Amino acid sequence: MDIIVCVKHVPETAEAELKIDATGKGIEKAGLVFDINEWDDYALEEAVRIKEKFGGTVTAITVGAEDSDSTLRKCLARGADKAIRLTDPKFIGSDAYATAKILYSVIKNMHFDLILTGAQAGDDGSAVVGPVLAELLGIPHATMVKKIEWGEGKAIVNRELEGGLEERLEVKLPALFTVQTGINEPRYVSIMGIRRAMQKEIKVMGLADIGLNENEVGEAGSWLFIEKLYVPPVEKQAEFLTGSPDEIASKIVEILKSRGLV
Amino acid sequence: MAEIFVLAEHRQGQLRDITFEMLTKARETAEKANADLTAVLLGKNIKEHAKILSEYSKKVLLVEDDKLENFNSDAYQKVLTYLIKEHKPTLTIIGHTSYGVELAPRLAAALNIPLATDCLDFGFEGERFTVTRQMYGGKVNVKAALRKAESYMVTVRQAAFQAQKPLVPLNGQVEEIKAPLTEEITSKRFLEYVLPPPGGVDITAASVLVGIGRGVKDQSNIPLMEELAKSLGGVLACSRPIVDKGWLPSDRQVGTSGKTVKPKLYIALGISGAFQHVLGMKNSDLIIAVNKDPKAPIFSFSDYGVVEDLFKIVPALKNKINESKAQKTP
Repeated sequence: MDIIVCVKHVPETAEAELKIDATGKGIEKAGLVFDINEWDDYALEEAVRIKEKFGGTVTAITVGAEDSDSTLRKCLARGADKAIRLTDPKFIGSDAYATAKILYSVIKNMHFDLILTGAQAGDDGSAVVGPVLAELLGIPHATMVKKIEWGEGKAIVNRELEGGLEERLEVKLPALFTVQTGINEPRYVSIMGIRRAMQKEIKVMGLADIGLNENEVGEAGSWLFIEKLYVPPVEKQAEFLTGSPDEIASKIVEILKSRGLV
Repeated sequence: MAEIFVLAEHRQGQLRDITFEMLTKARETAEKANADLTAVLLGKNIKEHAKILSEYSKKVLLVEDDKLENFNSDAYQKVLTYLIKEHKPTLTIIGHTSYGVELAPRLAAALNIPLATDCLDFGFEGERFTVTRQMYGGKVNVKAALRKAESYMVTVRQAAFQAQKPLVPLNGQVEEIKAPLTEEITSKRFLEYVLPPPGGVDITAASVLVGIGRGVKDQSNIPLMEELAKSLGGVLACSRPIVDKGWLPSDRQVGTSGKTVKPKLYIALGISGAFQHVLGMKNSDLIIAVNKDPKAPIFSFSDYGVVEDLFKIVPALKNKINESKAQKTP
């Protein structure tokens, strides 16, 4: 089975303190650690597991700047066979819609049985690229997938609904699935794997190579334009407890006592 | 007159909360934009839903068909494409739910209607249509504008708007429309719902919950957290990453894709406070959060906050609680 996995190189922000940059339209990237988008990590792992079971190839593809190579190297180290980076100054400012068009212009010329993406990206959280790409390619799709089983010319997938509920769908192949976190346990990469991956080629393509014109990409080809970023207004703020850990612990215990909780 | 569409969301015989949240916001938007509010309802044997929706909208477009018995985004896309081409709404509002995520992006691409997803707010500003959404797991808000168009589409975050009934029912007229679904939908078929496996612990019944998140760092730290929970007579709960990693079973997960809890005490340890988690615990009586990031969103939903390494606080707190209990029972 030939599988394409769309990945994104994003900053890890779950435990970082973020600052808005001077343009007011982005965050200060200095000091942040970049890595493969968490959801894409699960998508890549799922692709490699399918390849290990049924044979075939895994190709990782990304739209991003040169520093995305570290995410592609990670994919290669994990078991991807090929990596493609789509990079062009004209791609800057692309929203999810423009990004899907860029991916489409390359993927439409490739052979694939399955496309996997993360259910969303940890930076913009749009959850748009996957289903738009499926529409452009004219193939079925399912989002927020938590389990994939295989049948003749079709897949049975579990989609996550709300409150712990899931639904099972039968989807014709070739198809595109966006993968929800928790579908598998992404493997760690060995040092040897990383070394081997350093020697593999990353194919780089720009606007001229993909047959789109510049009005279809970047801001010109986007639906959504960021005007400004700001810190979310705080409706209520916690009363902060300060001091040494012991002093803080005592203060918490006093609060709990006053409410009859200890 | 301009028209605004709200796609009603329902499942297993129930209209979902997001439907009323969207209708409330849409009513305000329609009044400002001098537009008519239309609820769009797709399904099978759902006339009761249409009656309820008619109180909230000027018109209900009701499409009933066997192929719409269960949600299927491919069937929905066919019907909505037809309705949007026919009515040309200036705005179509869909929930940013599991159904909306499956449907909206593909529908928008097919019709080339500019779309913004997971919106906290939106509206017409003169000639422009703007939205408020979030980035980086809720740490940053974004004001953005959609490309100028005849028609726009948004998906709306759950609980971003508070549902309110109109003071006077709008008594919308229900218009039944035949589904433009002549062919079988073969690309994608609904098979069944899968219920979550019954769990050993019911976190919704616990009066004290210690909720753990990414900040716990390693599975080997779970027993320490468990000890703290036990010293308080409570149980461990968690945010999504802990279940994804397999460190706790899914019945311990608090949030939109897990359980909604309302204990007397919720201690959040190493949880940043993404809205998916917060929606599941913000109504707890007392919330105490420990997080290293002073700007973590969790602090705006907590009564008390501690900006510190949780591995320093948890052992100290456990000791103080045990001391306090020892004093009580001589």
